[in-house]
Amino acid sequence: MPRRTDIRSVLVIGSGPIVIGQAAEFDYSGTQACRVLKEEGLRVVLVNSNPATIMTDPEFADATYVEPITTEVLTSIIAKERPDALLPTLGGQTALNAAIALDEAGVLEKYDVELIGANIPAIQKGEDRQRFKDVVEKCGGESARSVIVHTVEEAVAAAEDLGYPMVVRPSFTMGGLGSGFAYDETDLRRIVGQGLHYSPTTEVLLEESILGWKEYELELMRDKNDNVVVVCSIENVDPVGVHTGDSVTVAPAMTLTDREYQKLRDIGIAVIREVGVDTGGCNIQFAVNPDTGRIIVIEMNPRVSRSSALASKATGFPIAKIAAKLAVGYTLDEIPNDITQVTPASFEPTLDYVVVKVPRFAFEKFPAADDTLTTTMKSVGEAMALGRNFTEALGKALRSIDKAGVQFHWDGQPVAGAELDELLETIRRPTEKRMVGVQQALRAGATIEQVFEATGIDPWFLDQIQLMNEVAAEVADAGTLTEDVLRRAKRHGLSDAQVARLRGMGPTGEQSVREIRHALGIRPVFKTVDTCAAEFAAKTPYHYSSYDSETEVAPREREAVIILGSGPNRIGQGIEFDYSCVHATLTLAEKYETVMVNCNPETVSTDYDTSDRLYFEPLTFEDVLEVYQAELAAGPVKGIIVQLGGQTPLSLAKRLQEAGLPVLGTSPDAIDAAEDRGLFGEVLVEAGLPAPAFGTARSLGQAVDVADRIGYPVLVRPSYVLGGRGMEIVYDREQLTTYVERALADAAASSGSTTLAAPLLIDRFLDDAIEIDVDALYDGQDLFLGGVMEHIEEAGIHSGDSACVLPPVSLSEAEIERIRRSTEAIARGVGVRGLLNVQYALVSDVLYVLEANPRASRTVPFVSKATGVSLAKAAARVMVGESIADLRAEGVLPEHDGGTIDLGAPLAVKEAVLPFKRFRTADGHVVDTVLGPEMRSTGEVMGFDADFPRAFAKSQAAAFGGLPTSGRVFVSVADRDKRSVVFPVKRLADLGFEILATAGTAQVFVRNGIPATVVRKFSQGRGADGEPTIVDLITDGEVDLVVNSPSGQGARADGYEIRAATTAADKPIVTTVDQLAAAVQGIEAILAGPFTVASLQEHTEATRARLEAAARA
Amino acid sequence: MTGTQPAPAVLVLEDGTAARGRAYGARGTTLGEIVFSTGMTGYQETLTDPSYHRQIVVMTAPHIGNTGVNDEDPESGKIWVSGWVVRDPARRVSSWRSSRTLDEELAAQGVVGISDVDTRFLTRHLRELGVMRAGIFSGDDLLDASGRELPVADLVERVRQAPLMAGADLAREVSTTTAYTVEPQGEWAGKEPVATVVAVDLGIKAMTPARLAERGVRVHVLPQSSTFEDVVAALPAEGAVGVFFSNGPGDPAAATHEVELLRRVLDAGIPFFGICFGNQLLGRALGYGTYKLGYGHRGINQPVLDRTTGKVEVTAHNHGFAVDAPVDAVSTAPYDAERTDDVRYGRVVVAHVGLNDQVVEGLTCLDIPAFSVQYHPEAAAGPHDSAYLFDRFVELMSTRTPVRVPAGAFTEPAVTASKEN
Repeated sequence: MPRRTDIRSVLVIGSGPIVIGQAAEFDYSGTQACRVLKEEGLRVVLVNSNPATIMTDPEFADATYVEPITTEVLTSIIAKERPDALLPTLGGQTALNAAIALDEAGVLEKYDVELIGANIPAIQKGEDRQRFKDVVEKCGGESARSVIVHTVEEAVAAAEDLGYPMVVRPSFTMGGLGSGFAYDETDLRRIVGQGLHYSPTTEVLLEESILGWKEYELELMRDKNDNVVVVCSIENVDPVGVHTGDSVTVAPAMTLTDREYQKLRDIGIAVIREVGVDTGGCNIQFAVNPDTGRIIVIEMNPRVSRSSALASKATGFPIAKIAAKLAVGYTLDEIPNDITQVTPASFEPTLDYVVVKVPRFAFEKFPAADDTLTTTMKSVGEAMALGRNFTEALGKALRSIDKAGVQFHWDGQPVAGAELDELLETIRRPTEKRMVGVQQALRAGATIEQVFEATGIDPWFLDQIQLMNEVAAEVADAGTLTEDVLRRAKRHGLSDAQVARLRGMGPTGEQSVREIRHALGIRPVFKTVDTCAAEFAAKTPYHYSSYDSETEVAPREREAVIILGSGPNRIGQGIEFDYSCVHATLTLAEKYETVMVNCNPETVSTDYDTSDRLYFEPLTFEDVLEVYQAELAAGPVKGIIVQLGGQTPLSLAKRLQEAGLPVLGTSPDAIDAAEDRGLFGEVLVEAGLPAPAFGTARSLGQAVDVADRIGYPVLVRPSYVLGGRGMEIVYDREQLTTYVERALADAAASSGSTTLAAPLLIDRFLDDAIEIDVDALYDGQDLFLGGVMEHIEEAGIHSGDSACVLPPVSLSEAEIERIRRSTEAIARGVGVRGLLNVQYALVSDVLYVLEANPRASRTVPFVSKATGVSLAKAAARVMVGESIADLRAEGVLPEHDGGTIDLGAPLAVKEAVLPFKRFRTADGHVVDTVLGPEMRSTGEVMGFDADFPRAFAKSQAAAFGGLPTSGRVFVSVADRDKRSVVFPVKRLADLGFEILATAGTAQVFVRNGIPATVVRKFSQGRGADGEPTIVDLITDGEVDLVVNSPSGQGARADGYEIRAATTAADKPIVTTVDQLAAAVQGIEAILAGPFTVASLQEHTEATRARLEAAARA
Repeated sequence: MTGTQPAPAVLVLEDGTAARGRAYGARGTTLGEIVFSTGMTGYQETLTDPSYHRQIVVMTAPHIGNTGVNDEDPESGKIWVSGWVVRDPARRVSSWRSSRTLDEELAAQGVVGISDVDTRFLTRHLRELGVMRAGIFSGDDLLDASGRELPVADLVERVRQAPLMAGADLAREVSTTTAYTVEPQGEWAGKEPVATVVAVDLGIKAMTPARLAERGVRVHVLPQSSTFEDVVAALPAEGAVGVFFSNGPGDPAAATHEVELLRRVLDAGIPFFGICFGNQLLGRALGYGTYKLGYGHRGINQPVLDRTTGKVEVTAHNHGFAVDAPVDAVSTAPYDAERTDDVRYGRVVVAHVGLNDQVVEGLTCLDIPAFSVQYHPEAAAGPHDSAYLFDRFVELMSTRTPVRVPAGAFTEPAVTASKEN
């Protein structure tokens, strides 16, 4: 039966900003869905507030709304577009919740929109804990014994029956938000209290502990004829107790017999039928008691999930794509398997390789946060690796994480005695360091039984880790590196660098190992992910390396361009870089064979459909070199693109060039020139551009001298970092000493060195500056100014965390012209061929250059969406030798640029989304939410409208709940800010807000004629008659907006408590004066009437019409 | 520690391909037809499936042996594969049901295996060139009198002397020699059976009578050599009865005794159900040909369309031969090419078709109470999607009415197939 003919247009809802638990995988799934629906000739209407996504590129939908995903906005879009159907299962929990809200509001009925791919009863059965338990029972499965509660007191009463520890899970939240283990009543009260808050239905489930059981997941798909297939089984190496997103996971399941696997399969199929997922995918999680085999169904997600993205990449079976086809009426047997092209999708993939996924965490960004892994997801990204066995895949996955300390090592002497006992104790607590702890414990002689007892990790996995230790010992002990020893090491996942280190071969050891290895003919071969274990020929070149005998890379005639992706998502290097890589491959495919190398399973770039060839490989020098050589053997290679994937590929540039690889675009020497402060300083001097006074230091003495010379406050950071890692504003010598001593201690711990390998950069910090971000393109001749963004917060807050507006709202034409000239001078001076990002600070009419990065920046997709020009595509073409003039002639670039945006153009506001809610201190408090020079946001949204206030208001609605239009505002600011807040606070009072303030701030307001109510400080405690403190009021939801700027270096406890309580209560918080001014404008815009909506296509059309009219005039 | 690794082993194919690896299981020599199986679970069931008699099995899943060996999962009394090829054998077992390692079990049963070879390469090779004879050599068998390793050419020569699978009549080598009965089980235990079946053991798997028994059927398992009189004698005079032909090894074209037996069953109007080899024998009894597939179907992920319901099931396969019957049309069973007027078995449809390659996966007779499938509804190892076929058989036995196929599921008009092979 072909697809339904009664559906002509479909509304697809995306997942909004990247947050922990909902990341790039929904761009991958949504992009697939949009592609499929368009291919089917349907009109696709897309809503997603996240500009960094591929799916929001105008070519993927007929009408693309970069608008907040709220019921109000969605209703406006539905009223305007009148879609026949709504597909809500590909945009994560956000889209599913949005669909439920639209249904409840009667919008779907009113506009006759059919929900496809899911139905409301199925969603509710899948997500409502009690109803799901009933489903499981009906399907012959077991659930953990449990009780649903709606108050904390009910929870305490229930504990008498269930006993501690117990699991607390709020209903209808994503990524396990608000869930956790309660070991006693204090824990229980706290976790249940929070959980009730997070649950939209004020409901949490308490259940018996299955901590330490084996954990499995199945990915299933069902079509309208009731055909069901299991796409993939996944086994968690970390047992139950760690969220699957935070676990090391393996596909396929490794430690189940067929009988047990089929039991899971039978239950899974019965559940998807009983829940009533009519068409599409679902994910079901199981716990299996390692001693008895008792199976418990943990939960199901009736939609495409993070695990389904992983399963798609792991198997080559594109779940989201198939789900979209099923939603419009196809059945599984009518859909061809893309990879074989001759067999249908109504089968179950079989793997002849092992897939390992490792999460990547960002605890270093939140030093106060408790790093224990729990049922609440905390990781910010993941890497996947494939190998022909577990050890090979694990070794590759760990090195794909691209972070110090996560790889297995055999440095120093193994621990012994009491230290080993201590280590065995440490690994009881799951953390991101546990896997290495396990490896070290086994290395030190702990038995598999001991480690199993401590961690619950299945003995089979432990034995595999022990195998890697044994292989490492063989490498270390061998007289010479024979072929046997080296081949076995590579076969079990050891990198050349690890081999070199094991043999104490010094800093150039890795290169020597490689030379020996190549001389012995030990090279990886490249196998193919084909869904069928080679039973049928694969037509899709989706490869992974393995040390085995036969390679499958096909020869080619077209010249290839290799694009390096960005690896696992992390704070500071996320989906924005994938966006640029995907654009490059899309545009270069016209003239070249495009080859993508990446290891992030969440992304569009690792969809086998995106590039001509995909290598799912770690982005290390060794792995990239082998891919290059394999491709060079297959045909001509034009070169390799390193500047689009962020710092990970960029940091390989120099070595790749030295190894003789043709690096396209900006040369590695030029990249160095921009990174190296001394060289860059020369460039600036040559161009006559001012930069804040700065210096570099490798020791405490040097640092103090530099700071004294340039004057406090100073901005201190290590060189060669992305996302402001380790960056701090330092106000005095004492603070500087603390900073440098910590950096030296880290250096000593990691390399045993007493000085810093890379110098610290110390800049004069510019107070009260306007910060400006520029993305530009340079071909050696011409500069194309992509976009000029004005930060809403003043300098000192990392550009990734700062809201910004494009075009700038307060810069004059002359200032923009100055920015253009400066940017061009830098581009020429550095030698850029491709993209360049420059950060400026404008203080008292002086334009300072803060830094320049000759690569794609985080803001490229935002700029592209806001201006309608694909900078990344143009950059890729410049990198392969085309000129900006050529691109203008071809119409790839317009005649005007981002520096000459006309007055009628809409404004785009980018707002950052921060993950503070996810992170708790060990005693359960939210971590501090104050922004600083170190980036901590996970994602971004864009508000797009005719003027700044409306665009800003939209950005706030998209980033979190939105700005309040009435209620109470609490204001507490540092002394330096007291004067500047008077005006905006006055306006809020005029708008009808009640102003609360602590005594000092209230006094300022009253004297300025603003009525203000004094509230008690947190440090004052409750009053004699129980008068609440401000923290109590916030916690009780009595405050609608909080304005709190941190008060310099003094006692910060009050400020911290206020910010933490606000974050926990989910209310908007403003921490700078500039933000407050923008917020007031936004509130006024909301009060002026509901948001109007316009698609990107409409904006583009309007721009074209405006420019034509201007040309005629 | 390199020295602690197992001794070398060599796998050679009749086309001269050789792969070096490590000895796994017993040391020595084994010869057979080399095939690959793509199941990711169920190695214990695979090893003990009598249909693998005289075959060397390459497992495409790299890690084998992780769950060890237990006493519940074997499908017969012994390991039947003649050789075992894996990439990464487990060093340590993890399963609460395991009682010993697979390595020990293979060695104890004298099964010669090899590990650490590129199983994907072998699979691709067999896919492109078709299955062929092969041998695994390890231990002393790999060495000449002076202790040097034998040249590959000598090993290839030995492989080329091994018998071919085509034309091999093997069912009698794997069949039980004495009859036994499996009584109704589970909720039916101790109750009067709903039907009685004679299952002719051509290499039967333990799960097959179990699946019938759990539906209240009493199953008399008879040896391959049984005559029609033996079959009739085992069936009660009253009540629902049926005959079942199991899976088994070898070339169906060589199974003349079984085909004659089946024809008498069909002539007598006794309801019949066959699985795998049993499907091929029904095909031959009806007068269709059978042929050897290039590399067969062996795995537990194969999509099959049941045309009687329009639904797709994911099924377990293990077959190297297939029936040659018109896939898209209703045909009249040719019975005998010499006597085209003999239409005694009436119309036949391919009610089950493999969606990967349109191979006949099941025959259903429209005018007599008989049907069969080429794959394994007993599913051990494999998914349970096809268990309904046992219900269909029970239904067939109680009604004696041929299975109904919806009009329009096949191209009309009917065609008459010619007997081939």
